[in-house]
Amino acid sequence: MAETTIPAETTSSGLDVSAAYVDATVQAADYLVALPVLGPLIMGALCLMLRRNQQLQPGLAGLTLAAVFIGNLVLTHRVMTEGPVFMAMGRWFPPFGITFNADGLGAFLALAASFVGLVCVIYSARSVDSDGRRYGFYPFLLFLVCGVSGAFLTGDIFNLYVWFEVLLISSFGLIILGNSHAQLDGAVKYAFLNLVATTLFLIAVGYTYGVFGTLNMADLAVQVADTPDAPVVTISLLFLFAFAMKAAAFPLNFWLPASYHTPNIVTAALFAGLLTKVGVYALIRIGGMLFPESLITFNEVLVWVAALTTVLGAVGALGSSDIRKLLGFLVLSGIGAMFVGIAVGGPIGLAGAVLYAVHSIVVMAALYLAAGVIGRMNGSFELSEVGGLYRASPFFAALFLILVFALSGLPPFSGFWPKVLLVRGALEAGEGWLTFAYLAASFISMIAIGRVWLFAFWRSDLPSGPAPVVALEQGEQAAYVTPIFLLVVIVVGLGVIANPGLELAGLAAVGILDPIGYVEAVSPVIPQVMP
Amino acid sequence: MEFVLSFLVGAYFIGAVYLLLSRHLIRLLLGAALLSNAVNLLIFTAGRLAHEVPPVIPSGLQVPETVTANPLPQALVLTAIVIAFSIFAYLLVLCMRAYQELGTDDTAYMRVAEPVDPPRPPLGY
Repeated sequence: MAETTIPAETTSSGLDVSAAYVDATVQAADYLVALPVLGPLIMGALCLMLRRNQQLQPGLAGLTLAAVFIGNLVLTHRVMTEGPVFMAMGRWFPPFGITFNADGLGAFLALAASFVGLVCVIYSARSVDSDGRRYGFYPFLLFLVCGVSGAFLTGDIFNLYVWFEVLLISSFGLIILGNSHAQLDGAVKYAFLNLVATTLFLIAVGYTYGVFGTLNMADLAVQVADTPDAPVVTISLLFLFAFAMKAAAFPLNFWLPASYHTPNIVTAALFAGLLTKVGVYALIRIGGMLFPESLITFNEVLVWVAALTTVLGAVGALGSSDIRKLLGFLVLSGIGAMFVGIAVGGPIGLAGAVLYAVHSIVVMAALYLAAGVIGRMNGSFELSEVGGLYRASPFFAALFLILVFALSGLPPFSGFWPKVLLVRGALEAGEGWLTFAYLAASFISMIAIGRVWLFAFWRSDLPSGPAPVVALEQGEQAAYVTPIFLLVVIVVGLGVIANPGLELAGLAAVGILDPIGYVEAVSPVIPQVMP
Repeated sequence: MEFVLSFLVGAYFIGAVYLLLSRHLIRLLLGAALLSNAVNLLIFTAGRLAHEVPPVIPSGLQVPETVTANPLPQALVLTAIVIAFSIFAYLLVLCMRAYQELGTDDTAYMRVAEPVDPPRPPLGY
């Protein structure tokens, strides 16, 4: 089976490798595709060597992620103007070599991920203690960003699995830093369920290789279209199951509220921002682009999964008294919203899902960081024990209120545009009940997150007396509030200057629905086979 | 040959799922180990099996003379083995620490992160 994908002229003459090998030298700009992976990987290894030098590590990690963020900005601009960018490892074309590809979807998500990583490094400068640093917070963080960027940018399904494992192992390291009882308990559940999810993914990869004889995404997009009698439904069901578990969609979501509130708050912010979105990304990429029929076959299931995830997440948030747990449920509700977009499909639905993913990456990370500040100032994460923060820090209260509005999808903040796209897409697809469920869920989550603001900021006295507020020290103020401010700038920017985000999300959706541009960018060999 | 191995893979999956449904950490660990081995065998089988034909091209030729074994699944399986092994090592230590600290290996009694009766959110001011 594998032999069929090798072009005949290459093997018969043996010397003519022009069809398999990139002749032109690699442009310097092409290395930007690999920078988000290589940069954090190399610097993470360096940080591991500098384990004892605790002052140097935050600076190194910050500089690396700043460079990666700028690189991603340039890359995204290039993708918007020139179309998908690709780089072949060792200059071998697929299906012989491994490729890194950046299309609208991958570049947009990698950009958001690197920004959140950078912001979390700034926040961690004060909040991660020397124990955390000695046990490798910064190497783990860099490897996590490396794995997430790798997953967004790789052009090979097996490598997608490898990057999943890279980010999984880094997250294992991060979730256990601190070694409290709750963390051990949460980590056991997190580790086992995520291991099962990635293993299911690997099973699906094995079947894909057995049936199609290739694992390169561009090549696979062609092969799947050319093989009508392949058992696509079985394979795509396995993929769907694995990614739904990774993304924590109902009913495979229970590991998330069990574990996300246990680690250090920076770790929780990173997880909430990045990890579940990798599952959503993989589902869009593999379900939407490689096995487009699967999303149609399982549409009915996806509609139910989307509606139940988003509603149950919101209701769970309403019923939580720990702010971190409440935010964990809101992450779930957001995943449901992205599934609404995936279930609806089409250019509008997918664009809505992609834009919501970016919005959720930024807003959920910001909310977790803000929850960390609330916990620091009030000494508690329980809703019944927080209060009086508006008086103590009006600026921080305003930032949090913006995040509340953004999460609820109110204009002019970042949640508004994905909401418009999702509602419009769902209505145009005739999914009235799904639209209703989504809007009801977003109303409930508005109440849930609005209540946090009311309790922590608005009310000044607890039933038992004045709320205990510890004012932040001068240095802490800057170290904690600046990162949240940076994220809020993006939240406002995505809402007010909506065009670049909408354009990029639209580009991503079109690239998924019609992958010819992606395929052509990857290989001049493959398009000749295209029907 | 693929036919026989398919049954073996199926048996591995049955055992792994049975063990992973258990409440005890030690069985979960064995289930995870069995599951990773099942997947490795599956990938190996998916790459088709050939008997004792290494994918080496004789000197002086451009292409191999006969049908050779497919080297790609071997590379994939090798990667998967390394990853599965490292994760298993992590899980082993994690479970041992959890058992030491929490005093139980029964997940039904591991309720620190999710208390049985969590405090309710306040209903009013």
